[in-house]
Amino acid sequence: MEVNIWIFILLSLLKVIVITVLLLMCVAYTVLLERKLVGRIQNRWGPSRVGPFGLLQPMMDGAKLFLKEEIDPEGVYRPLFILAPIISLACALMSISMIPFGPDFTWHGVQLFQISDVNIGLLILLAIGSIGVYGTALSGWSSNNKYSLLGAIRASSQVISYELALGLSLVGVVLRSQSFRLRDIVAVQSTQGLLSWNFFGGLQFIAFFVYITAAYAEAGRAPFDLPEAETELVAGYHTEYSSMKFAMFFMAEYAHMITIGCIATLLFFGGWSSPFGNLFPPVGGVVLQSLLAIFWFVVKVFFFLFLFVWVRGTLPRFRYDQLMRFGWRFLMPVAILNIVGTSLWLALRAH
Amino acid sequence: MHLVLFFIFGGLCVAGALNLLFQRHPINAALSLIVVMSSLAVLYLLLGAEFLAAAQVIVYSGAIMVLFTFVIMLLNAGREDRTHGSKAAYLVGIPGAAALFATLVYIFLSYRTPLGDAGLGNYLVTTTDLSKVLFRDLLLPFEVTSVLILVAVLGAVVLARKEH
Repeated sequence: MEVNIWIFILLSLLKVIVITVLLLMCVAYTVLLERKLVGRIQNRWGPSRVGPFGLLQPMMDGAKLFLKEEIDPEGVYRPLFILAPIISLACALMSISMIPFGPDFTWHGVQLFQISDVNIGLLILLAIGSIGVYGTALSGWSSNNKYSLLGAIRASSQVISYELALGLSLVGVVLRSQSFRLRDIVAVQSTQGLLSWNFFGGLQFIAFFVYITAAYAEAGRAPFDLPEAETELVAGYHTEYSSMKFAMFFMAEYAHMITIGCIATLLFFGGWSSPFGNLFPPVGGVVLQSLLAIFWFVVKVFFFLFLFVWVRGTLPRFRYDQLMRFGWRFLMPVAILNIVGTSLWLALRAH
Repeated sequence: MHLVLFFIFGGLCVAGALNLLFQRHPINAALSLIVVMSSLAVLYLLLGAEFLAAAQVIVYSGAIMVLFTFVIMLLNAGREDRTHGSKAAYLVGIPGAAALFATLVYIFLSYRTPLGDAGLGNYLVTTTDLSKVLFRDLLLPFEVTSVLILVAVLGAVVLARKEH
């Protein structure tokens, strides 16, 4: 009994560490992916000097940021100035704890492909997202800089406005699977492959577009990167930050991108389920099956990361009034109509 | 385990509330309020109300307090001066608060059995149970409340538009 508990605790700790380290590696290479892809979109090479194809660039960037001088500006409100990047990064990393990467695979009582499996996983993801704003807001306010403050105010108002559309767009998915548990949501979508995914068979494509738009706005990514619009606000809310504190904001942004990709995959594209469903007979043992499932998950998340960069390389930034009008007058009503439509469809189908 | 968590987060909640009163800067006060609300969410979770806990964080610590900090940032509210306090507060307020507290404690202690017990435990009120109560057993009060909130929202819009 005693030994079992210790094995459980050790395995859980190991799992958390492995997943966190993997996430941080993914963050580093997402940065490289973005620089390479944006480079190709703009007809240049992107980083290509450090290592083969520039593959060592993220390490060097990390070392550079680590060694840079930590500038401590005068007039900042220090407690919050230090707290803000911590909140940002912590919230961005915390979301990964709810995300299941693969099928139910328990070893010594430890769920291997998910840090914690809770009934209200989706709600907790939303909650962590809504706390993450404080990092941006407080960094801008505590910097004692007009540009930072403007960036922070833009960020908070943008997040408040788009959070509504984001939350409402997920209701259709929850209605279909009748659960907030992410594993249940995936289970509903993994019966007939591609056809049972929420995006296709669940008729949630409108919800998907609302979600992905609102999520881009929440992450402050182009075309919604007004909080750090460099033509108007220098660098927005993180103008006064340098060295590792800046790196924390940077990592938070990319970790946020990865979690958005994971959530979109889980909610609309069937998570780790294969697009072919049961068309082909299952191959290999349990381990190979799990690895195949993780392969599908990674492919889908990679697609979303690609989409993030593609959108950034293609679309120009919104103007502030356009941003607000789009969020309130278009996305919100569309999300509400989607809820009504989905409810009617489910009610008709049930009879 | 439950009891340990209860003491940690209950203590955090009380400490946050006291800090809210003693802080002189509005933004620190607002942040203490966030701590209070988030630790309340953990207490709800300990009592088995998982949906309420998530809603508490999303609605209160997330949306409403972001609005608070947003307004504080927008108005650039500065540090507040300490006053000696009003005489009325000392003469009426403190005895009044003490009396109210004593009454509540008396009621809770003497009517323990009829009021029921919300003990810490391993039971859980799932979202399904909650929605069954809200949308089946108490549908009419629920809908009336939502209409009431809609009226309040419309009223706020009308009041805000009057200036133009």
